[in-house]
Amino acid sequence: MSRQSMRANDPKKVSGELFTLTYGSLVAQLLKDYENVDDVNRQLERMGYNIGMRLIEDFLARANPGRCYDLRDTADKIQQAFKLYLGVSPSIGSWSPGGDEFSVVLETNPMAEFVELPDHCLGLRYSNILAGVIRGACEMVQLEVMAWFIADQLKGDNVTEIRVKFVKRLEDAIPAGED
Amino acid sequence: MAVAGNYYFAIVGHHDNPVFEMEFTPANKEPKKEDHRHLNQFIAHAALDLVDESMWTTSNMYLRLVDKFNEWYVSAFVTAGRIRLICLHDVKNDDGIKSFFMEMYETYIKHSMNPFYTPNSPIKSAAFEKKAHFYGRKYLTG
Repeated sequence: MSRQSMRANDPKKVSGELFTLTYGSLVAQLLKDYENVDDVNRQLERMGYNIGMRLIEDFLARANPGRCYDLRDTADKIQQAFKLYLGVSPSIGSWSPGGDEFSVVLETNPMAEFVELPDHCLGLRYSNILAGVIRGACEMVQLEVMAWFIADQLKGDNVTEIRVKFVKRLEDAIPAGED
Repeated sequence: MAVAGNYYFAIVGHHDNPVFEMEFTPANKEPKKEDHRHLNQFIAHAALDLVDESMWTTSNMYLRLVDKFNEWYVSAFVTAGRIRLICLHDVKNDDGIKSFFMEMYETYIKHSMNPFYTPNSPIKSAAFEKKAHFYGRKYLTG
């Protein structure tokens, strides 16, 4: 009875373990389908990109973060989003001297709980979907960034680290054919 | 604590295939007789029928002693997914074996949550072996 009332509060919430296991079988199935680790990495990034494009709207509606005036604001918003959607608090660090690159550092990665990478796919970027989400979300707010993993706890590193690099600001282009 | 004994531990899958095997010998006894491996597998396999019979008689996962062969006792533990954990031992050590089974059960659950592990396939993980070693030393051979 009590569990029903909990779920009635927000029917869209699922248990973290269900999410982790679903993502795990997604990656395992992709690996079986493509068999090539690089293809799987690329697909995960693309899937993340599609998710990010849609997630940004939800984030803007829920958190109402306001405009970003420079990359540091953007980094803060990304930090907020991780907290909102994954329940983890990453730290932002390792700013490049020019201020156009930074790292999102995760002490724990909820998507990779219980996972051990098998020997034949050590090049797999298991959480590559996250890099895609960052890229997709930023692109929808006219910011082109590159995001990639530079450290992964599944590969033996201490933390999981995503590097984000600002490429350029996207201007709204008038569609071809219109004046 | 426990009288020094030899133990052979095996996790058996649904098709009577060994998923994981490990032997534990007391720390002081160095010379290992290699012939026993085949005998241990044979005894464990023969005990599987008895395990399958007795798993329906009780609602416990720990089945205690199910079989005896010459000087070897066979204890068994069945998980909810019908994965059988078999332990061959030559000394009685009910408490130690029960604790060992419970810990290996938990370790097995955590391992099977790995999306890259297909159930009933052999367990090759070094982390799993390390845990088995550790718990074996803790609860079985002391």
